[in-house]
Amino acid sequence: MQVPILKQGAYLIATVQSALTDEDLKQLRDALVGQVSKVRARGVIVDVTALDVIDSFATRTLRDVAHMIRLRGAETVIVGIQPEVAFSMVKLGLTLAGVSTSLDLEEGLAYLNRKG
Amino acid sequence: MGSALIGDEIRVSIDCDAAIVTARQKGRALASQCGFPSTDLAVIATAISELARNIVRYAVHGEIILRLLDDNGKRGVEVVAVDEGPGIPDLALAMQDGYSTSGGLGLGLPGTRRLMDEFEIVSDFGKGTTVTVRRWKR
Ligand SMILES: Nc1ncnc2c1ncn2[C@@H]1O[C@H](COP(=O)(O)OP(=O)(O)O)[C@@H](O)[C@H]1O
Ligand SMILES: [Mg+2]
Repeated sequence: MQVPILKQGAYLIATVQSALTDEDLKQLRDALVGQVSKVRARGVIVDVTALDVIDSFATRTLRDVAHMIRLRGAETVIVGIQPEVAFSMVKLGLTLAGVSTSLDLEEGLAYLNRKG
Repeated sequence: MGSALIGDEIRVSIDCDAAIVTARQKGRALASQCGFPSTDLAVIATAISELARNIVRYAVHGEIILRLLDDNGKRGVEVVAVDEGPGIPDLALAMQDGYSTSGGLGLGLPGTRRLMDEFEIVSDFGKGTTVTVRRWKR
């Protein structure tokens, strides 16, 4: 299941459509890190609204995406983490420390615009 | 008297990445059919994901067995993760937050214990690992 990545102005938007395998997550990471410099994006939004599970592997991969993209000079925002997913993540002991998150796509875009 | 099994158990063979997703979707569907609220569905699916990934990563293949339980009218879901992999030499260490032999986050086992109501792990070094977890409907 490939995750579509769209360019919107200075931003890349990746919208997860359905459950992702570990391999899909790694592909998403590599595609985003590759594309961000290719299109000279200033920000990346990963919309995870469709994910019903964010486990330790997914968390680690999302964290890696954000850190790698920061090293490439752009900002990442993870948007759409569902409340029950957030609950499970916290119980499991997972954090997205150092990674920006927003409620939804609109808030994520507003956040990147503020960052300028 | 322990708890009784309701209906047939579901067995998911775990041997690749994609099977992790299949197992957690089947677990979620089973719990949903039993009327668990959505927070519990996410909790159960997350626990299955962690246990199934440990099978793929450390034992290469194994099985996730899903069961609906009845304990005097109380309904629950049981998840058993079985493998015949290398086993875990030091269980106390493996249950510690942050302990990982694969450069992982080391939260799969201790986190799953926190997520679920009951957690049992049996591991024979050289013979395999069985983790049994249960979540009861409130
Ligand atoms: N099924 C298993 N077979 C063998 N070893 C395992 C198994 N599950 C877990 N382990 C061991 O326990 C450690 C902790 O597991 P876990 O808490 O899931 O963290 P992680 O997978 O991130 O390392 C693993 O690093 C591994 O050494
Ligand atoms: Mg693990």
